[in-house]
Amino acid sequence: MLPSCARNINKPTISCKKVLQLINGTKNNYATEVKCETKPYKLHKLDTPPSASTTLSREDALKYYREMQVVRRMEASANNLYKTKLIRGFCHLYSGQEAVAVGIKAALRSHDAVITAYRDHGWAYLMGASVVEVLTELTGRKSGCARGKGGSMHMYTDNFYGGNGIVGAQVPLGAGIAFALKYKGTDGVCFALYGDGAANQGQVFETYNMAKLWNLPCIFVCENNGYGMGTSAQRAAANTAFYTRGDYVPGLWVDGMDVVTVREAARYAIDYCKSGKGPLVIEAATYRYFGHSMSDPGTSYRTREEIQEVRQKRDPITHFQELTTNAGLLSENEIKEINADVKKEVDEATEISKTDSSIGLDELATDIYANNLEPQIRNTTPFNPLTHNRLGKAVNLE
Amino acid sequence: MLQKNSICVKILKGVLKSKDGECRKILRRNAHFSFYPEKPPSGSTTKMNMFQAINNALDITLRTDESALVFGEDVAFGGVFRCTVDLQKKYGKSRVFNTPLCEQGIIGFGIGAAASGATSVAEIQFADYIFPAFDQIVNEAAKYRYRSGGEFNCGRLTIRAPCGAVGHGALYHSQSPEAYFAHTPGLKVVIPRGPIKAKGLLLSCIRDPNPCLVLEPKILYRAAVEEVPSGDYGTLIGKADVVQEGKDVTLIGWGTQFHVLMEVAQLAKEKFGISCEVIDLVSILPWDLDTVCNSVKKTGRVLISHEAPLTSGFGAEIAACIQEECFLHLQAPVARITGFDTPFPHIFEPFYLPTKWRCLEAVKNLIDY
Ligand SMILES: Cc1ncc(C[n+]2csc(CCOP(=O)(O)OP(=O)(O)O)c2C)c(N)n1
Ligand SMILES: [Mg+2]
Repeated sequence: MLPSCARNINKPTISCKKVLQLINGTKNNYATEVKCETKPYKLHKLDTPPSASTTLSREDALKYYREMQVVRRMEASANNLYKTKLIRGFCHLYSGQEAVAVGIKAALRSHDAVITAYRDHGWAYLMGASVVEVLTELTGRKSGCARGKGGSMHMYTDNFYGGNGIVGAQVPLGAGIAFALKYKGTDGVCFALYGDGAANQGQVFETYNMAKLWNLPCIFVCENNGYGMGTSAQRAAANTAFYTRGDYVPGLWVDGMDVVTVREAARYAIDYCKSGKGPLVIEAATYRYFGHSMSDPGTSYRTREEIQEVRQKRDPITHFQELTTNAGLLSENEIKEINADVKKEVDEATEISKTDSSIGLDELATDIYANNLEPQIRNTTPFNPLTHNRLGKAVNLE
Repeated sequence: MLQKNSICVKILKGVLKSKDGECRKILRRNAHFSFYPEKPPSGSTTKMNMFQAINNALDITLRTDESALVFGEDVAFGGVFRCTVDLQKKYGKSRVFNTPLCEQGIIGFGIGAAASGATSVAEIQFADYIFPAFDQIVNEAAKYRYRSGGEFNCGRLTIRAPCGAVGHGALYHSQSPEAYFAHTPGLKVVIPRGPIKAKGLLLSCIRDPNPCLVLEPKILYRAAVEEVPSGDYGTLIGKADVVQEGKDVTLIGWGTQFHVLMEVAQLAKEKFGISCEVIDLVSILPWDLDTVCNSVKKTGRVLISHEAPLTSGFGAEIAACIQEECFLHLQAPVARITGFDTPFPHIFEPFYLPTKWRCLEAVKNLIDY
C-alpha cells in the first residue's frame, strides 16, 4: 500500500501551455515564459487558495532544473562517499524531496529565514553553501560549511539556521526566529521544516500555539515523505492530514513533487504571513528514495515496487523536465548540458572532499562558549588545560 | 611506551596542534577497545551478542509476565539495534508496539501504564533523545512514590536507551547521560558491559519495584559476544564487580570503558609491572561504595574513567566519596580520565575518548606521585 503522501497525489499532468511570446531571432525560438497550472491544493481554514495558474520564466526553469539536479547528484555522491567510509556517522539523503526545497527557495526573499531537520544537505546548498562546502562538511574537512565540526546533520549558512539532529527541536526555534524578524520590523518570515514523524512531537503543538497566539510570521512546513524511519505516517499519526494539525493555524496541502506548485504555495504563504495574519502550516506531500539514513536499506517497511512507482511516475526532476521541454521552454540539449555541467561540478567537489585536510586539534576546545571569561577549558586532568579559542563572530549575530 | 611525542602525550600536555592528516590517520583506526568477555556461570548457556541477550530478556519477560508491554519508536520491527526483533510476531501488537515519535509522551505513557499495574518496558531510540522525556523521568517517574506518600508508584517502568561512543556517532548518537540521572533520587540507573550483564540487569530492572533506566553501550550490541545463561536470572542492582584483582591501583569504569580499563591493566602490568584491580561499577544509582572503598583501601590509588565529560561526570561523585571514606589510605589524589568538557565531537572522537593511552599515563602518574 502506498503511504498517504503518495496516494494523495494526482497523476502527473503536463500543464504548461506555451505562451505565444517567442523571442524573435534567438537561436532556438524558445518561449521566454509559459503559463503553468498548479496542482490542486487542499485548504484548512483558509478562504482562498493560491492561484491555480502562474507563469514560469525560462530563466527560472533553468535555475530550478539545475538546482534540483545538483541536489540529486550531490546526494548520490554522498551515498558513494558513505559507502567508501569517507563519510562516517549518520547521513540522511534528500533524494526525491528536491522540489520542496527548490520550490520554497524560489519564493524566498533575501531576508527570509529557514530552519530544518537533519535532512539538510540540499537546503544548505540552496541557501548558499557550495557543493564543495557541503561535501567537505560531510567528509569532516576544513572547507566544510561548519569546518567539518558539524557533519551531515549540522550545516549552516546565512539565514539558514541549520540542520537539527533532534527530531522536532527545530520547530520552536523557527517560531523564535519568526518573532525576531517581526520584532525587528522586517517583513521577513521563517520557514520551519519538519517531517511527518516529527509532526507528532509535543513541542510542535506548543509552537503552533505560541505562533498563533502572537501571530508570528512562521510557516511550518511538514514534509510528508510517508515515513518516520520505519514507521509509516498512518501508523504514527491519528490524523495524517498534517496541514490540518495546527487546528487554529490555517493550513495548505501541496503536491511537494511539483516545484512550481510548491513555489506558488510558498509565495502565497509569504504574502499571508507578511500581512500580519500569523502562521500557516503547509503539508508538502513528497517521498524519499533512499532509506531513512545510510544504515537503513529502506526496503523492510515498504516495497521496492512502491519506490519504483514513485520514481517512475512522480519524480520531481523528470516531471519538471517533461513539463519544461514539452512546453518548449527548455530544449533536450539544454537539459543534457545542465546535466553534464552539474555532474562535472559535483565530481570535482567530490574529489576535493576526499583530499581536503581536516582542521587542527586545537579546535577541539574552540567555540564552546561565547567569550572566554576563563581563557582555558578544564582538561581531563587539572594541570594541563586546553586553550579556549573563538574563531570569530557567529554569522547570525550582527 | 609513552615516548615524548606519542599522540597521547601531546594531547595530555594540551599541545593540540596536529599536523594535517594526523587526525585522519587516527580516525581510520578500529574500535578503541578490545572486548573482555565475562566468564559464564555454570549451567546451560547460549552464545549471544548483546542485542540478542536483551531480546532474550524481553522475550522471557513477555512470556512470564502477562502484564508486560514493550514499546518505543520502531520497536515493532525490531528497533534500530534489533533488540526487539520478532517480539511483536510472538506476542502480538497489543503488547509490543510502535509509538509515534514523541519521547515525552512515550515515557509519560509508560509511567501511566506502570502505575496502573502493567510491566512497562519503554525504549528510547538513543540516549541522546531521552532529553525530551527528561521531565517525565525526573519529575514524574522518580517522584511518584514519594509525593503520594507511598500510595502510588510506577516501579514497573523500565526504560532502555542505547548510549556511548560508536566510532562515528558525533554529537547526537554518542552521549553518555548517566550522571544527569544519577542526580535523581527515586530512579535506578545501570549500565551493562556485555551480554550476560545486559540480560541479568534488564530482568532485574524490569522486576525491581522502582523505575529503572538501563543505558546500553550501543557499540557492544554486536561487538560483544558471550556465553549467556539460557534461563531466567537476575543481576544485583547496586553491586559492583571486581573483575580483576590487583594490589597497586584500582581502576573503575562501566560499560565500554570497563573494557578499555582491562586493557590498561594488562599494559600497566607488561610495561611497568604495575598490578591493577579492575572494577566494573555495573550500577550507577545506587552504586557500590563498599566494594570501591575496600579496593581503594587496599591499593591506595584509584583511577576513575568514563566517556562522559569530566565536570559533574559520575566520576566526580565517586572521587568525592573516596576521599571521604579512604582519605588516610590514599597514596595519590584520585585520578579521573574522561571525555573532555566539550560537546561530543564529530571529527575528534578518537581524541575525545578516554583511551587506553590516556588511562595508562594516569596509572603511571598515580604510581609516580
Ligand atoms: C528526539 C529524537 N528522537 C528520535 C530521533 C531518531 N530519529 C531520527 S530521524 C527519525 C524519524 C523522523 O521522521 P520524519 O520526521 O518523518 O522525517 P524524515 O526522516 O522522514 O525526513 C527518528 C525517529 C531523533 N533524532 N530525535
Ligand atoms: Mg518522514
